Amino acid sequence: MSVMDMAIQAGIWALEILAIAAPVALTVAYITYFERRIIGWIQVRQGCNRVGPAGLLQPLADGLKLLLKETIIPARANKVLFVAAPLLSLVPALVAFAVVPFGETSLFGIWETPHIMAISNLNVGLLYVMAISSLSIYGVLMAGWASNSKYPIIGSIRSTCQMISYEISMGFGLVTVMMLAGSLNLADIVHAQAGGILHWYMIPLFPMLIVFFISGCAETGRTPFDLTETEELVSGYYTEYSGMWFATFSLAEYGAMILISLLTSILFLGGWYAPIPALDIIPGTFWLLGKSAFLIFVFIWFRATFPRYRYDQMMRLGWKIFLPWTLGWIFVVGMFIYTPGLDGIINFWLAWR
Amino acid sequence: MLETAFFNLFAGLAILSGMGVVLSRNTMHSVMFLILCFFNAAGLFFLLDAEFLGIILILIYVGAVMVLFMFVIMMLEVNVARLREGITQYLPLGGMIAVILLIEFVAAASSGVFADGAMATAAHLGQEVNNTKQIGMVLYTQYLLGFEIAAIILLVALIGSIVLTLRGRKDAKYQNMSAQVKVRREDRVRKVSM
Repeated sequence: MSVMDMAIQAGIWALEILAIAAPVALTVAYITYFERRIIGWIQVRQGCNRVGPAGLLQPLADGLKLLLKETIIPARANKVLFVAAPLLSLVPALVAFAVVPFGETSLFGIWETPHIMAISNLNVGLLYVMAISSLSIYGVLMAGWASNSKYPIIGSIRSTCQMISYEISMGFGLVTVMMLAGSLNLADIVHAQAGGILHWYMIPLFPMLIVFFISGCAETGRTPFDLTETEELVSGYYTEYSGMWFATFSLAEYGAMILISLLTSILFLGGWYAPIPALDIIPGTFWLLGKSAFLIFVFIWFRATFPRYRYDQMMRLGWKIFLPWTLGWIFVVGMFIYTPGLDGIINFWLAWR
Repeated sequence: MLETAFFNLFAGLAILSGMGVVLSRNTMHSVMFLILCFFNAAGLFFLLDAEFLGIILILIYVGAVMVLFMFVIMMLEVNVARLREGITQYLPLGGMIAVILLIEFVAAASSGVFADGAMATAAHLGQEVNNTKQIGMVLYTQYLLGFEIAAIILLVALIGSIVLTLRGRKDAKYQNMSAQVKVRREDRVRKVSM
């Protein structure tokens, strides 16, 4: 490979990364807007409607405000880690998007075989997402420790316990998906669900869909599980943060929320396939983004509906309910696959047999 | 060429961060260096086409083990001045190990094992080769017994650690959460006609 080829390849990669990172940042800004409008609508009030038509410029105004605010670093804080912590939580949230397949395209018939629209079509894509999203704990832990203040450290310890607990049930839930798809490649998992809504994994794995989505809620620290940033802790691990560093944390949180929604639609809701095969004339990316948008709406809906969990109740839900449930479902799926007589039922969803 | 460059990058960073673990004064920084070291080791696995091992290294060591490390260190009160206390006591032993390792490395390097021809010059595997599947095939057929023994040892360790740390305190008050959840209005509120 000559230097020229390498430069071109690097340029293409940079463009691919930009093509994902920029829309994610923009989506995050507008999810905050829709969150305020939707919660306003649910609670019979207006939400933000002053800046620009119907308040549409509000996220930009917020961004500008946060950018111009002073970043205060506490005197006794560990400065290096204090500054690094928001980045440590943002980077994993964005890096995980590298393997998410956004659809399949033949570029209007130019390519003979359809290509997967992902930066990297890894064979271990599912494990990669799990590994990378588990890293966001460090940002939270570092923020809590480096602030040198008691509320942040309590918040970050809560957050760590929560993330570790729910990661386990999330991982076991994904094992059932692997068992049916016979692959860790996200594109292969979507291909295994081709052929209409009955082939989607939400039918045989419905309990896992619920477990995965609720665990995703807990992973991102969204409302029923937002003990990490409650009022009693003066907003938890980011008490001491201000200005753009504060915004970086919420960017990471919303980025993780988009990621969980995309993953749920890829793993359980047929990815870029339409519910009825005839509707596949609409490009798959629209289907995938539509499903994810609905799931993001569900996240916001949760926030407007449910009261916060008590800490011990949350731990009980993770360890005593979700974990046995997922283990049991792995056993059930395994039994269906390998018992003669029962395998006829599950063969419908089994891509690798 | 690119591969060599990446190998040097990962290997060099792994060594530097390993030194950082030992040399940094702040234990929190040590942990961060150790995490960086694991990342670079994972990078080396990726260069060897062992993507499953690389990802598992990150998932288990960085994602779980190091979090617990950090958790413990956050709770400790480490006194920086006392860190240097027993250095003369440990220096002879540590120095001896270092010298032995140095001799071993030199001996290994000069024995011809790392000669040019012996380096990994094999072509890389294509994307259709799925080493997760291959590892699974071997692990669950050929090495099933060893795998299950390891699993049982882990299970015993798990139960053992619970048994060792469980103190059945009689005076502690526990909440029965399913009873709390099942409570209905009728259990708590009684309508009285006046």
